[in-house]
Amino acid sequence: MGLQAYLTLAAVVFCIGLFGVMTRRNTIGILLGIELMLNSVNINLVAFARYSGDVTGMVFTLFTICITVAEAAVGLALVILLFRVRRTVTADHLDLLKG
Amino acid sequence: MSADVLAFWFLAIVLVGSALAVVLTKNLFHAVLWLALALTGTAGVFLLLDAEFLAAVQLLLYAGGIVTIVVFAIVVTERLVGERLSQTSRRIGGGAVVAGGVLALLLNAMRGQPFPAARPEMAGDLTRLIGETVLTRFVLPFELLAVLMLAALMGAIYFARPDE
Repeated sequence: MGLQAYLTLAAVVFCIGLFGVMTRRNTIGILLGIELMLNSVNINLVAFARYSGDVTGMVFTLFTICITVAEAAVGLALVILLFRVRRTVTADHLDLLKG
Repeated sequence: MSADVLAFWFLAIVLVGSALAVVLTKNLFHAVLWLALALTGTAGVFLLLDAEFLAAVQLLLYAGGIVTIVVFAIVVTERLVGERLSQTSRRIGGGAVVAGGVLALLLNAMRGQPFPAARPEMAGDLTRLIGETVLTRFVLPFELLAVLMLAALMGAIYFARPDE
């Protein structure tokens, strides 16, 4: 398989994640969509690294995986905190900043 | 070569199917399980790309770590709210149009580009190469990453701690 096949697969998964982020009402559901998008970016990085014969892209993927895990931990802690304060998960109800 | 193509299509179908299930299924808990399948499929794609170490990291951190954290968050919030796990989506038509538009844009940008069809031979073991690169050329970002992880985990614990 050529590089283009991997890039196409990553693009499809990215757009599915984007769809999830835009349409989900539940905050945790939105976070799952973000995970899908970040994941497809990792596929791109590894594919480019392999097809250009340079290991740097794989090292960068290692870093992005770690940062994504940190993001998920903080994001879910915020969700739990939001539940405590507002008693809701629905993103539409979290409109404190709406003027 | 034929086995490679077959494995790629199998993984592509699993990945796209489970990703669709993540964003479309009603039950939030099932969505997390589908996400675990999608992340495992991605680890398979990494294996196809000769990145065995990244596949292991993907399984350990992503499929193991994130899925566990999300399940914890669902259980905690479920207990707090006492609602059912089902969730609804909104503006599906608009979301599909925007996502489809972005996909068309990406595919259009890719079309006609001179992408390489064959992989160059890598000199030596890739896992060994990754390890050597991380601990020589990228040792400073690596150490910064450790600080970032510590700060993020401490922040998460601070946010989610029980009230005194």
